[in-house]
Amino acid sequence: MVLLLIAAGAYGAKAAGALAGTRVHGQGRLQQLLMLLPPALLTALIVVWTLDGGSRLVLDARAGGVVVGGLAAWFRAPFLVVAAVAAATTALLRLL
Amino acid sequence: MTPSPRRHLRDSVVLGGAVGLFGVTFGVLATTSGLTVSQACAMSLLVFTGASQFAAVGVVAAGGAATSAVATALLLGARNGAYALTVAHLLPRSVLGRLAGAQLIIDESTAMALAQADERRARQALWATGIAVYVFWNLGTVVGALAGDVIGDPTTIGLDAAFPAGFVTFVMPHVKQRPGLVAALLGGAVAVLAVPFTPAGAPVLLAGVGAVAGMVMVVRGGAVGSHGASS
Repeated sequence: MVLLLIAAGAYGAKAAGALAGTRVHGQGRLQQLLMLLPPALLTALIVVWTLDGGSRLVLDARAGGVVVGGLAAWFRAPFLVVAAVAAATTALLRLL
Repeated sequence: MTPSPRRHLRDSVVLGGAVGLFGVTFGVLATTSGLTVSQACAMSLLVFTGASQFAAVGVVAAGGAATSAVATALLLGARNGAYALTVAHLLPRSVLGRLAGAQLIIDESTAMALAQADERRARQALWATGIAVYVFWNLGTVVGALAGDVIGDPTTIGLDAAFPAGFVTFVMPHVKQRPGLVAALLGGAVAVLAVPFTPAGAPVLLAGVGAVAGMVMVVRGGAVGSHGASS
């Protein structure tokens, strides 16, 4: 029951956005604002994945990997390289 | 900035495979938290939002109430609605097509699609990433749920850093222009401030709201009167 509620809610959010989004598309200013969402949401996601230690900020081996991987990304390294460099760095830091 | 024509498809599959490892983690966690194998698999098939699934299972494992498991999962899943708004134009025109595609709208497919240079590639990347992640996430869940504790936690090899770092490559195309850069900085700052004070899922949503609100204020303050005709 709980599972079905979560499934319905999770899908509801996706479907609502998918149906409403096409109306917004093509409406100049509204769409301009909408296109600010991806950089804001994705950057927030990176921050949360890197620093969230369960409702508090923590600086651990993840951060080291993300900094090194982020530098690689800054110099236009492709996704695969960035992900591998970050994972390797963090794994190394955990071994130390 | 225009690499080989199929790089976005290859990256989609690679990304799907990496998410599959997290699927294994989810399968292990779900069954050790008391879910049956079929419940764990049903969750991955139907919910298909990693963060929501981990959070819900985590609440259950900690002995939390069902209502708080649902609330946390929905809060984390709400960002998919915001993603869906921004990629809706890449979905088929028919309502049925859009409803089918909607299930594939998650962090990875949205990020990959919006990082593409043109709409054709964006559409391909959305579907390719969505399908690849769906397949690998569910395969991973089955493997993890069946194997349980036998296999360790794949995140110890640094996979948990691979995702945030990899997502930096998805943000890069958005920050080439001033508004995108400001939105990214605002979003990141809001998230840092919100993490200690808000429940899981809220920081990312607040970042979206904060960035848009901040930008509206800048536009209003800097260009009063120049948009008179458009409202």
